[in-house]
This record gives sequence, structure tokens and C-alpha cells, in this order.
Amino acid sequence: MEPQELKGIIGQVKRGRMSRRAFINRMLAVGLTAPMATQLLAIGGVAMAQSASPYKPTKAGGGGTLKLLWWQGPTLLNPHFAVGTKDQDGSRLFYEPLAAWNSTGDLVPILAAELPSTENGGLAADGKSVIWKLKKGVKWHDGQPFTADDVVFNWSYAKDPATAAVTAGSYNNIVVEKIDDYTVKVVFSKPSPFWADAFVSSNGMIIPKHLFENFSGDKSRDAPTNLKPVGTGPYLFKDFRPGDLVSGVINPNYHQPNRPYFDAVEMKGGGDAASAARAVLQTGEYDFAWNLQVEDEVLTRLEAGGKGEVRVTEGGSIEHIQLNNTDPNVEVDGERSSIKTKHPTLSDPAVRQALSLLVDKDSVHKYIYGRGGAATPNFIFNPKRFASTTTKYEFNVDKAIAILDKAGWVPGPDGTRAKDGKSLKYVFQTSINQPRQKTQQIIKQACKKAGIEIEIKAVTASVFFSSDVANPDTYPHFYTDLQMYTTGPIQPDPGLFLQMFLSTEVAQKANKWQGRNITRWQSPDYDKIFHESETELDPVKRAAQLIQLNDLAINNVVVIPVVTRPSVAALNKQLKCELSGFDSYIWDYANWYKDV
Amino acid sequence: MSGAYLLRRILLAIPAMLGISVILFTVLALAPGDPFGELVSNPNVPASVQAALRAKFGLDDPVWQRYLHWLVAMLHGDWGFSFVSRINVDTLILQRLPVTIAVIGASQVLAIMIAVPVGVLAAARPYSLFDQVANTLAFIGFSLPTFFTGLLMILLFSIRLNWLPFVFRADLPGAGWAWWWGELQQSIMPVAVLGLYQGASLVRFVRSSAMDVIKLDYVTTARSKGIGQRRVLIRHVVRNALIPVVTLVALQMPVVFGGAIITEQIFRVPGIGSLLIASILSNDTPVVMGVTFVFAGLVVLFNLIADILYGWLDPRIAFR
Repeated sequence: MEPQELKGIIGQVKRGRMSRRAFINRMLAVGLTAPMATQLLAIGGVAMAQSASPYKPTKAGGGGTLKLLWWQGPTLLNPHFAVGTKDQDGSRLFYEPLAAWNSTGDLVPILAAELPSTENGGLAADGKSVIWKLKKGVKWHDGQPFTADDVVFNWSYAKDPATAAVTAGSYNNIVVEKIDDYTVKVVFSKPSPFWADAFVSSNGMIIPKHLFENFSGDKSRDAPTNLKPVGTGPYLFKDFRPGDLVSGVINPNYHQPNRPYFDAVEMKGGGDAASAARAVLQTGEYDFAWNLQVEDEVLTRLEAGGKGEVRVTEGGSIEHIQLNNTDPNVEVDGERSSIKTKHPTLSDPAVRQALSLLVDKDSVHKYIYGRGGAATPNFIFNPKRFASTTTKYEFNVDKAIAILDKAGWVPGPDGTRAKDGKSLKYVFQTSINQPRQKTQQIIKQACKKAGIEIEIKAVTASVFFSSDVANPDTYPHFYTDLQMYTTGPIQPDPGLFLQMFLSTEVAQKANKWQGRNITRWQSPDYDKIFHESETELDPVKRAAQLIQLNDLAINNVVVIPVVTRPSVAALNKQLKCELSGFDSYIWDYANWYKDV
Repeated sequence: MSGAYLLRRILLAIPAMLGISVILFTVLALAPGDPFGELVSNPNVPASVQAALRAKFGLDDPVWQRYLHWLVAMLHGDWGFSFVSRINVDTLILQRLPVTIAVIGASQVLAIMIAVPVGVLAAARPYSLFDQVANTLAFIGFSLPTFFTGLLMILLFSIRLNWLPFVFRADLPGAGWAWWWGELQQSIMPVAVLGLYQGASLVRFVRSSAMDVIKLDYVTTARSKGIGQRRVLIRHVVRNALIPVVTLVALQMPVVFGGAIITEQIFRVPGIGSLLIASILSNDTPVVMGVTFVFAGLVVLFNLIADILYGWLDPRIAFR
């Protein structure tokens, strides 16, 4: 669809000649899907629909205790220090952001009165500022009013280097101004098409100024409220035992009417994923268990218990294989895989093409991951508004052989193909994890048939995923030919995430391997489109650019996507809730209830 | 027993504890990974954040410097704070200690209550049917690891029969009898798993030690004086047979804490063991040091207790 045509249709919705629903349906028809469509309307000047969830209970309380089982329990309750999702979730029990991401990757206001849009003047035409209107009448758990001062404070708290906040990335490059008690303005240094980062979702939880202002910077660890959160959420803090249990009781003054449904909440930690699934699906001791990295076959068997069901929620995470563009076997200036080298065989497009044909994604999905991993041709596959429709995948050994033959790679006496004395022998590394080793085997066997020899290497996860500069086995060093792991954009916008193929982001000794570009693939085309997308305010054009970036990475076989890695949770049959792959599992838990 | 003896024992423990701490610290420093590893793979967290956190917590200093820091603070009674939860280590340990002591204590009591009577009775009638059965069960008991019996019990009592919960809660609601009932229900399985395992190995020690004593002349004398079998066993045999058993129980206490680590993980008992596992997995050095230090302290302490108990059980043993 042409941008001009689209603008015309948006105009129709604006003038009321076309309903939002009809517009969204039309967008669906051209492969844009709902979230993209609503975002289009927002920037085109039509306010986003405020989510109207079918919440049935007519009064707050009366639902008993909501029992959550997090097999890794939260260890701290200050969202700005949250190292992992477990800590973000623990903080989310009490703290709320201005807005959160729902299941389709759309923004839903929580502490904001409404979402900023061009129509309500929230989004500046030059894309350089956003004005948030705050909900009035919201009270902290200790009775103090929630105001713009709190929001501004969170910005100054998080960006202070002495605080060493984990959320600093969202706040470092912005300026936040108070306009009045219930309005704040976020100013960006350059036009920012993706404005919903600060104060949104897990990085956006707001902590109270009056309890933290004396504990900013160096003193941040001393704040008593770090352990006894005072938030705005649906439950009041009751007890916290790090790594074991967080509990809360109903907040009678919660800012949404008739909510929450439960009288108390508890989040229990410890143990392992399989028995957590058991406690929900089979014995019903708990209502909800998160992050069930358990074989699908086992989950299906437990589900037969009838007490609960498994919910699979797609986010943006993808298990993928990276191809090294540099030579891992040559050392230059004290580092292997140096950007000054070129991989002797993987630099041949024919070899890369053949490898991508040798990954049997459907078998990996069917026999290893089940519901926990669907095959996909794309690196960016969700939200659907950023998923390319032109890419496809296939598993075809014969075709791979034909490509290699044509490119002059002939089988040697041991069956391994070679050309000019360089043979197709690769070391393929990943972390130690049963599904990953099984996947490695499937790929190794297919490659063997085509005359490519794969040597499998498995590294302990704590080493593979560490940032240890001295250890050559970490994934950022990438001292092998191929490697596989899961990554993905955490927000429903892949802009920042797609840095991982930028020429300037190459991971190397000079930057202590902290660069995001681990494959060390460099392409002027990619860099150019990426930089254009950074300031492109037209969402349609920008989506097209991001899709182009994905296609460049896929068509040049920089990476080979294997399967998507959705989040898997187990929940009680009676529990009604909306989960999101782009936010915390409990992003919306004020609206959870049991249908009894 | 003199005060000087106690003092000497305690002074001897100091170099041992120092050695333990040096070894532990070095091993932890050499282990891969760091507490902020999870941040590395998160594209939304700039690399500078992790660097700032490492600098703030002194993780970039040389190992010996970090060790000295830790040691000096420890000597001042400051256990440091957890990198992961930013809470003081002593607070974390004190929070977990009561549950661990309750579960371990209960399981030890159970083990002794089973082992002493069964062992003595088996020794009184060696190679009888009772002895054979007790021996066989003891063999089975200590051959099965706790993680296996734990899972078996969960499968049977929680899943098949649905009688007992398998998630242990430290904050059980309710009061009075209902609370005790709930506590009993959730403790039965972990306590039984640990207690039976301990009891099984103890039975064999009690039996062999009682058999040694039964053969002694003074027992024959007591019998020939016409004292009943019951009184001979209780008055004359048990007390003397217990001396080696006391050593064993005392020396096993720290090991039980180790065994409890697995049991705590299976039943989600929020004790010291699960704290240790979680901190090792997240490279939380101050907590690992704190917990292992407590364990080391326990070993020293229980050795001392064993020695003191000797003196009580057998006044002939003198302390110099």
C-alpha cells in the first residue's frame, strides 16, 4: 500500500467516515495487523482506543489470595535496580509505570490519564518531545498524592551515574520537565519515532519522590523503602524475604474502580520450572507459574491433570544461528575474529545460502520445542507490524548441494567439501542446554549430508553469557564459526535492537567486546537505512525501513532464525488474565480475576 | 573441663576459619560470570550501566584487595551486603536460619528417635528376623539419595493422594491449631526425607556400637546379677554405646545442612541451603562467603559440642 493512499484512509477515520475497526481490518488485509494500525492512527492524529478489558467483578476484594509461583524469586524490590525480570516482576507487584504494553504490543495507560497522541497535543510534530498527562487522584500507599514531581524525580534518580540504576539507558538521553502538577514533558535530543521508552513498562515504574529523594546517588542502597515498597499498585506491601517470598494485601484506595479482585497476593520463589508447572497444572496449589522452560511434552502431560492450562505468549525473542564474518582461527593484534580479517569460507555467499537451507526449522519446532518455539523465516517477527512478508525458509539438502557444487566446492576423500585448499569445517558453539544440543545435532546431520563438517561445542551458560573480557568462550567474543542463542527486542519496537548489525557496533577488543554487532557483518546499505529509520517519523515508512533491515540480515544470511521463543506460563483454569510478550507477566494484574 | 581448654579450642579454630575463607574467596573469584551477567544480553541496558555497577561494588579491584576488604569488614562484624539484593548478608542469613534449624532439628530428632531404639534392639538379638529387616531397610534408606526419595514422596503424597502440599511456605497464615496443623502438613515430607536418610545410616552405627558393648564383661556381670534385660540395655548398654554415636551425629550436623540444600530446593524450603544455591548461581560473593562461613563455624562448633558431650557421657575422659 502506498503511503499516500494510507494517509487518505487515515483521514477518513479522522473525519469519522470510517470506523476504527474497519480501518484496522483493512490494514490486516494488507498484512499490517492491529497494533501497527492503531499506532498509525495515533501518529495520524486519531487517539488510540483505551483498552476496554472485559472485567466482570463488580466490587473490589473477595477473591481470596492470588498465589503466584516464580521459580526464581525476586531478590530486590526497587525497579531501578532490577537485574533480571524476576526483580522487575517483584517490583511490579507494587509499582506502576505510566503505561504498559499489552499482548498485541499496544500501549495501555496505567498512571497516565491518556496516551500522548498528535491529536491531544501529546506528540510534538517534530518528534522531539512527548507530553504525558497524569491520572489525577492517584495516591501512594502511604496516602501522599502522586504528582508530576514524582515522575521528574524518577528521571533524575535513574540518570544519576552514582545511583548506578539499571534503567539508566532509558533516562540518560532525555530531559524531563514539569509543566504542571499533572503534566510532564519528555524532551529528546533528536526526533524520536519510538517515544514510549521512559516511564513505560518495566523500565518505567515510578517510585515515590518523598521516600527516595534523600537516598539518591551514592546513598541509594540505604533507602528503607528499597525493601518495603510504597507504590501506587493494587496491593499494599506486606512482607518480603529475598529469593523466597513477596506478599501484599489489597489496596482499598486503588485508582481503578472495583479492582483488584483478590484480597491478597503472594509471589513464591525457589525450586525448578517443572515442579512449578506441576503445582499449578496438577495439584492446583498455585494459580500462576511463570517462565516454564520445560519440554512441551511434559507440559502437555501435566495439563491432562485438568487443574490448569498452559498459555503461550509470543514476544520478540528468537533462537537464531550467527555466522561469523571474520576469521576465528587467525589472531590479529591480540584478538581472534578480528574485524581486520575475513572468514575464509563463510565469506562465500553460496556457502551461507547452503547453510541456511540446511537448518531444519520445522523438525526443531516439532521434535524439540513444540509450542515453545515456532519456525520463522524472520529475525524480527513480532509485533506483526514489523514482520517481513517477503522472506521464506526452506529445508532442502539437494538444493544446498546444488548451490555448493555450482560454487565449486567439491567433496574431498573424507566427504567434506573444499576449494583452493580451504575445506568447509566449522565449529558450532552454544550454551549447555538440552534443546540446544539436540538442535545442534539436527543441523550437524543435515550439514554432513551436504558435505559440510560441523564440530559441536557446548559452553556452560554462565561462561557463554558472561561479559568476562578474559574468557574466549563468551558469545560476544564469538571465537568460533557459528553460534546459537536467543535474543530479541524487549520492547515492541525493534529499532534499538537492530543496532546489532551496525558497522559501528562491532564487538572487539577495543570496546571490550561490548559492541552489539557480534557477527561483525558490515554493510553500508544497512547502516544507511538504519540511520534513516532513527529519525523517520512516518510510522509506515519507518516500519518499511525496519523490515528492510531484517530482510538485509536474512537475505545475506548474517543470521539464520531457527524458532521463536515465546513466554510460557501455567495458569489456573478459572484465572482470567491478559499476558504480554512485551512486558512483565503481571503488567495487567490489577485486572486479573477468577471466574467461579 | 576447664575454661582454658575451651579458649584453646576456640583459638585453634581461628587459623582454620582464615584458611577456609582464603580458599573460598579465591575459588569464587576464579569462577566465571558475575552478578550482573544478565544485563549483558539485554539490548536495552547500555554497557556503561554494567561497568558502573561493577565499579560501584568494587568487582574490578584485584582479588587480594577485595579479600582484604572483606576480611577487615568481617573482623569489624560487617558481613557486607548482597550484590544481588543489596541487603546486608547477616540480615539475609538470619531471615533464613530459623526455618533451616527447625527442619534440620526436627529431622535429626526423628533420625535419633528411630536409630537408637532400632539399633539397640537389633544388637540385643543379632541376626534375628527383626535385625535382618532393620538392616535391609537401613541399607535401602541410605542408598537412596534425598532428591530421589523427595520426588517419590511428592509423587505419592502430593500428586497421587493429594494429601500434602509440596511447596513449603515460611509465612503460613492462621494461628493456633490450624497453624500448627498446616505447619505439620508442609513439614512432614522434608523432615521425613532428611530424617529417614540420616536415621538409616545411624541405625547401623548404633547397632555395631551396641554389639561391641553387649559383649563386654560388665554387661554379663549385670545380667548374672539378675537385672532384667530391659534395665541392662537401658542403664548399662545404651549410655556407653552412645559415645561413638554422639561423635557421628555431631560431625554429621554440618553435612546434614549440605544434604538439606537439595531437600530445600525440592520442597522450596526457604532455608540457608537454598540461599547458598541461589547466590552461587548468581555469583553473589558476599552471600556465598557469609553462608559458607556459617557452615564452617558450625563444623567447629559441633566438634566442640561433641567433645563436651563426651565428658558428660564418660567422666573418665578428661580435658586438658
